[in-house]
Amino acid sequence: MSIPFGYVSPEQQMRDKADYARKGIARGRSVVVLQYEDGILFVAPNPSRALHKISEIYDKIGFAAVGRYNEFEALRLGGIRYADINGYNYARDDVTARGLANLYAQNLGQIFTESPKPFEVEIVVAEVGDSAEEDHIYRLTFDGSVFDETGLVAMGGQAEAVAGRLKERYREGLPLPEALEAALFALTEPGGERPPANQLEVAVLDRNRPHRKFLRLNGPRLERLLAEETTPSPTAPDTASGAAPEQGSDLPPTAPEGDIDTGSNG
Amino acid sequence: MGSHRDLPAGMVNHIFTNSGISSFTEFVGSYAPDLLPDRNETLAAPVGDHVPHATTIVAATCAGGVVMAGDRRATSGNIISQRDMEKVFRTDDFSCMGIAGAASTGIEMARLYRVELEHYEKMEGRTLSVAGKANRLATMIRGNLGMAMQGLAVVPLFAAYDPEIDGGRIFGYDVGGGPYEQYQHHAIGSGSIFARGSLKKLYRENASPEDVVQALINALYDAADDDSATGGPDVTRKIWPVVAQITADGFRRLSDEEVGAHVQTVLEGRMNFPDGPVAPLR
Repeated sequence: MSIPFGYVSPEQQMRDKADYARKGIARGRSVVVLQYEDGILFVAPNPSRALHKISEIYDKIGFAAVGRYNEFEALRLGGIRYADINGYNYARDDVTARGLANLYAQNLGQIFTESPKPFEVEIVVAEVGDSAEEDHIYRLTFDGSVFDETGLVAMGGQAEAVAGRLKERYREGLPLPEALEAALFALTEPGGERPPANQLEVAVLDRNRPHRKFLRLNGPRLERLLAEETTPSPTAPDTASGAAPEQGSDLPPTAPEGDIDTGSNG
Repeated sequence: MGSHRDLPAGMVNHIFTNSGISSFTEFVGSYAPDLLPDRNETLAAPVGDHVPHATTIVAATCAGGVVMAGDRRATSGNIISQRDMEKVFRTDDFSCMGIAGAASTGIEMARLYRVELEHYEKMEGRTLSVAGKANRLATMIRGNLGMAMQGLAVVPLFAAYDPEIDGGRIFGYDVGGGPYEQYQHHAIGSGSIFARGSLKKLYRENASPEDVVQALINALYDAADDDSATGGPDVTRKIWPVVAQITADGFRRLSDEEVGAHVQTVLEGRMNFPDGPVAPLR
């Protein structure tokens, strides 16, 4: 076989595709996912109330993504189909984040190698277990690589800086208000303005909820949470570790009371 | 076997490119049809009484919601095939269904219906309207018509909290589908005639959920009193009816202790008046 004109070596092709995908992902804003006392918390700055970056896949499984909306939306819908089929065919407990992460890895890997344009997405598939040790957080990159993460994940634009700030504040078993505070601290550039509640997309996988563990936090409930975490922080921004871990005993919500997310949001 | 077992790669492609409506049943019907119950199968002979049948379900609206209750008996002809069967199912956070008729088909339908509602909600990011949910269930029942004609009929009762009216709504069906919206209260199954008569007298509009639970347990008691296929409260084994309550706070199945206390009240009343509470004549 002769080398055609304009030949590009596979190594070069892959490098180009990876650079292209990385650039696309880095343009967007970050999303952070972290474990807290009762499960897993997802936080994303997102001015849109309709185009979600965070969503429910199954009873115990949540999904978060950065990058191109149409691409990760296709992944999200595919994931829901996969989960619902398996849960219906076997039993609801047989749907796992591991299986889903494998499906995504296959799909993303195939697209990365075969299609001229790779997906510009990075996603997290998280599953809440009966205890923190049984939680699973998988991060998948545009080429189908899977990373088994513990504790916290940051992805999107300036992911490393965000992850660095998140590590400063994160510890195991943070109560929800403090975990949210840590996430917002990480998502805000030093000296920058914190995003207000209506610019945030926040959800939890709460292991204490019955049936479906996924719950969106928005509206008054999110505002209450944000107010709660900002009250102690001005006095003790860096010594908060001992100060207020026990407050917010009425949290997290365990029943579909109050503002249920219907997705339509008025 | 079906084409879905052929190759994982094909599955991956299909699962990601299907862009039809957000119905789980429709999707599975094209993607892996043999996972769905085969509605067009012809049986060698009608099954008759040989499969377990579920019996009586009652539902009534209460202030700000709806309550549904079902007895626990399943019968195959003259045999009691199960004493502690569950016939009232949570279908999503704000709705539930009870089944009467062929138990196996009913359970399967409830399982599929739950996935159907959740699937739509996750795909679209919004919940179906109550009318949409009721219609969707009608389609599933109509799909079962062929089997129903051969003895595997299942007729559900559907109840949901409707945020539009801040109250409960009840829908009945027949083997061909429906839905028929029922106001205030309804009962289905073999004991439904007796339960309906009882409920008619005991129902009070806008009663508290607790009062409605009392009325429903009384109705089930009356059904069990006159219908051999409906099970009354099993005092020795402590098997109580399944009671589900749906309000703005969502679906809640009452615990055995709660139902037990209600049953105790009913039983004590019946010790003095075996036919139950007396409705005022004028």
